[in-house]
Amino acid sequence: MAGQDPLLQIDGLTLQIARSEAVVVDRVGFSVSAGEIVGIVGESGSGKTLAARAVLGLVPPAIRRAAGSVRFEGEEITTMPPKRLRQLRGARIGMVFQEPMTSLNPSMLLGEQLDEGLALHRKLKPAQRRELILDMLRRVGLSDPERALSSYPHQFSGGMRQRIMLASVMLLRPALLVADEPTTALDAVVQRDVLELMVGLTREHRTAVLLISHDLGMVARYCDRIIVMCKGEIVEQGRAQDLLAAPRHPYTRKLLAAMPQRGPSRSFPAGETPVVAVRDLVVDYPGRRILFRQEAGKRALHGISLEVAPRQVVAVVGGSGSGKTTLGHAIAGLVRPSGGEILFGGKPIHRSEAGYWDYRLNCQMVFQDPYSSLDPRMTIGGLVDEPLRFVAGMTGGQRAERVREVLTEVGLGDSFAGRYPHELSGGQRQRVAIARALVRRPKFVIADEPVSALDVTVRAQILELFAGLQARHGFSCLFISHDLGVVEQVADRVVVMSEGRIVEQGTRDEIFDAPKHDYTRRLLSAVPALESAPNGGVRLLWRLDGEAAERDRREVLTAGMSA
Amino acid sequence: MKRLSLNTVTGGALIAVLLVTAASGALWTPYDPLAISFRAKLGAPNLAHWLGTDEFGRDVLSRIMAGAATSVWISLLTVTVAVVLGTAIGVFSGYVRGWVDRIVMAFNDALLAFPGILLALGLLAVVGANKYGIIVALGLAYAPSVARIMRGTVLSLREQEFIASSRVIGNSEGYTMLRHVLPNCLAPLTVLATSMFGWALLAESALSFLGLGVPPPAPTWGNMLASSRPYIGQAVWLGIFPGLCISMTLLGINLLGDAIRDRLDPRMRGTA
Repeated sequence: MAGQDPLLQIDGLTLQIARSEAVVVDRVGFSVSAGEIVGIVGESGSGKTLAARAVLGLVPPAIRRAAGSVRFEGEEITTMPPKRLRQLRGARIGMVFQEPMTSLNPSMLLGEQLDEGLALHRKLKPAQRRELILDMLRRVGLSDPERALSSYPHQFSGGMRQRIMLASVMLLRPALLVADEPTTALDAVVQRDVLELMVGLTREHRTAVLLISHDLGMVARYCDRIIVMCKGEIVEQGRAQDLLAAPRHPYTRKLLAAMPQRGPSRSFPAGETPVVAVRDLVVDYPGRRILFRQEAGKRALHGISLEVAPRQVVAVVGGSGSGKTTLGHAIAGLVRPSGGEILFGGKPIHRSEAGYWDYRLNCQMVFQDPYSSLDPRMTIGGLVDEPLRFVAGMTGGQRAERVREVLTEVGLGDSFAGRYPHELSGGQRQRVAIARALVRRPKFVIADEPVSALDVTVRAQILELFAGLQARHGFSCLFISHDLGVVEQVADRVVVMSEGRIVEQGTRDEIFDAPKHDYTRRLLSAVPALESAPNGGVRLLWRLDGEAAERDRREVLTAGMSA
Repeated sequence: MKRLSLNTVTGGALIAVLLVTAASGALWTPYDPLAISFRAKLGAPNLAHWLGTDEFGRDVLSRIMAGAATSVWISLLTVTVAVVLGTAIGVFSGYVRGWVDRIVMAFNDALLAFPGILLALGLLAVVGANKYGIIVALGLAYAPSVARIMRGTVLSLREQEFIASSRVIGNSEGYTMLRHVLPNCLAPLTVLATSMFGWALLAESALSFLGLGVPPPAPTWGNMLASSRPYIGQAVWLGIFPGLCISMTLLGINLLGDAIRDRLDPRMRGTA
């Protein structure tokens, strides 16, 4: 591209909050050339979304541009009259948003929605537009595009909607596509399919892409260049492979170090009685009752059997709707199973028996969302103390001592006891949730997506904390997650679920190195394996759904790439 | 500290005046509010009787102060009855759900369909027209709206993970309800109770005006207003002062209620 002007050129862009003058994007400058895929990576609050929105002039009214310029095809966007800006949007610069559930108009037929942009920006006859739309829908993988035209968005799944969104944007063949966390709301397998499609489509049309994400692995896979943002500033930018192999800025190194890596393999003596075992567990959700008619229910779990040995971490992996959360809830006693049994220490437990209470006290849970799993009206001390109500024979002094001890263990310390949840960050709250689960020293903990709501670096800290506590107290754990990277780091055994059934289970190394089931392979192909390089860099190895074990690992990105 | 708005200050001041008047009316009044003096009958406001005297020569200021005490007391108890009853029904119904909830709420909705004052009138006919009759009748009439709002709040709260978390810990349903659900209902409840205090005050006045309230000679603002009617041509102050008291109090309550809502609702914080 030497000698040619870049497609997009941003210089010294500074954005402030209009009221407080706080700087949210600080002297950001980068460029995107035609046909290039550039990724912006950062954690929440890094200003990556605002910087990208400035490209379309879509900065919210509370934010003011203090300085800097945004030039697109040589034209200054920041001072452009609204009319000219509207001509650019859609036609020359397209945007794909994060939430496919809300970015399509739910009350409009897809045909009309797709036609809107074309009718506005292209002078074509309706029949020609229809032909273009059908072509594009076929291209993004819809099996019956004719019928899709007269359907509403809610008739499609999240992944399909994101494909349709992509189709509607690419219909106009924009020169630049801004994709703001386009696959964060989707599960791993679908995520990969949508991204592959996006990259394929944009390559065909030589559309440049500005991909915004918190997921460094994903960005590294698809982008030519990466920009790392932190607290409103660009800390580092460069070619993807260089940046990964030899990060210069400490923050980039921190991000790379936070990527989950395989933990050590641990062996467990055979023949130990499992702490918790589940046999043929069936859970049905009843259908809605309308007057006297009962609608057909839905079977969420079709006979699940698994065992968790003492001190073992068993991960349950699956996409959304696989029944993994229902499994956790059923084991924790939140959902009543309609068949099968749960064994605790080898003995079946029943709700009416004395053993059930002992089980309930020994089985604790860490929930996904640290913002809703803590009662906002209770202090941290009160929250952590609450489970101790049921520990017989503990004096007030002993309870206070235990609360202090646990708060210190999770890295919060005594000073937090008097604070309220809203005064804490997401990571701190999740520490409180962990303290609450562990304060009674349970034998078994169910962790339901405990880190999926957290930022990358915070996630790494929480995982480290969790592993440390698990090694120290030796509780068994059922770790529910959709994120295979996290699972690879913490799990001893892995159970793969799909549509309410277990499709494959085995030790962590078996599942990750020699997956047998097709669904497991597809899951694995979406996450990279990491290999540490010296000086804080990493190599990403992508596991592909190939045939032979050797060919399963194809290097998409290597540190050297010297050839 | 955030600057208080003019509305908040005005509302707060009006309610403060009401409460001081009511408190002093219960302890001390310039004259005996029940002492009849035919020589001072229908006297215009003067230095001895600041707000004049009524048809029996009773001091209007003393009667307004005593009436304030009665009215505030009745309204407070009414709100208490409505809140306790409505919260119990609403929280229970929202927490158990299922067919119990449907039956309770169907009954509740049927009650809501009646205007509160009409329901109170009917109930008063049963329990008898006196101070406690009013409290029971109005309390029962207002409980359904509390129940409805509480149920809605509980329904959304119980989907939060901290309720599931409480069950996993081993807490009983009852304890979870008292310790985790109820305290989180307090914000909407406070707002509702504040405005309900105003409704109760007005309804009590209306019932007294209709002769179904506190029986004479005990003064309330409502029955003072009612008994002033025949003399409106000769002694306009008899109606004006109690009427003014009622409207000022309601204004104060509404302004304060808005301020409380803004303060308790996090979505309202930070906006102008």
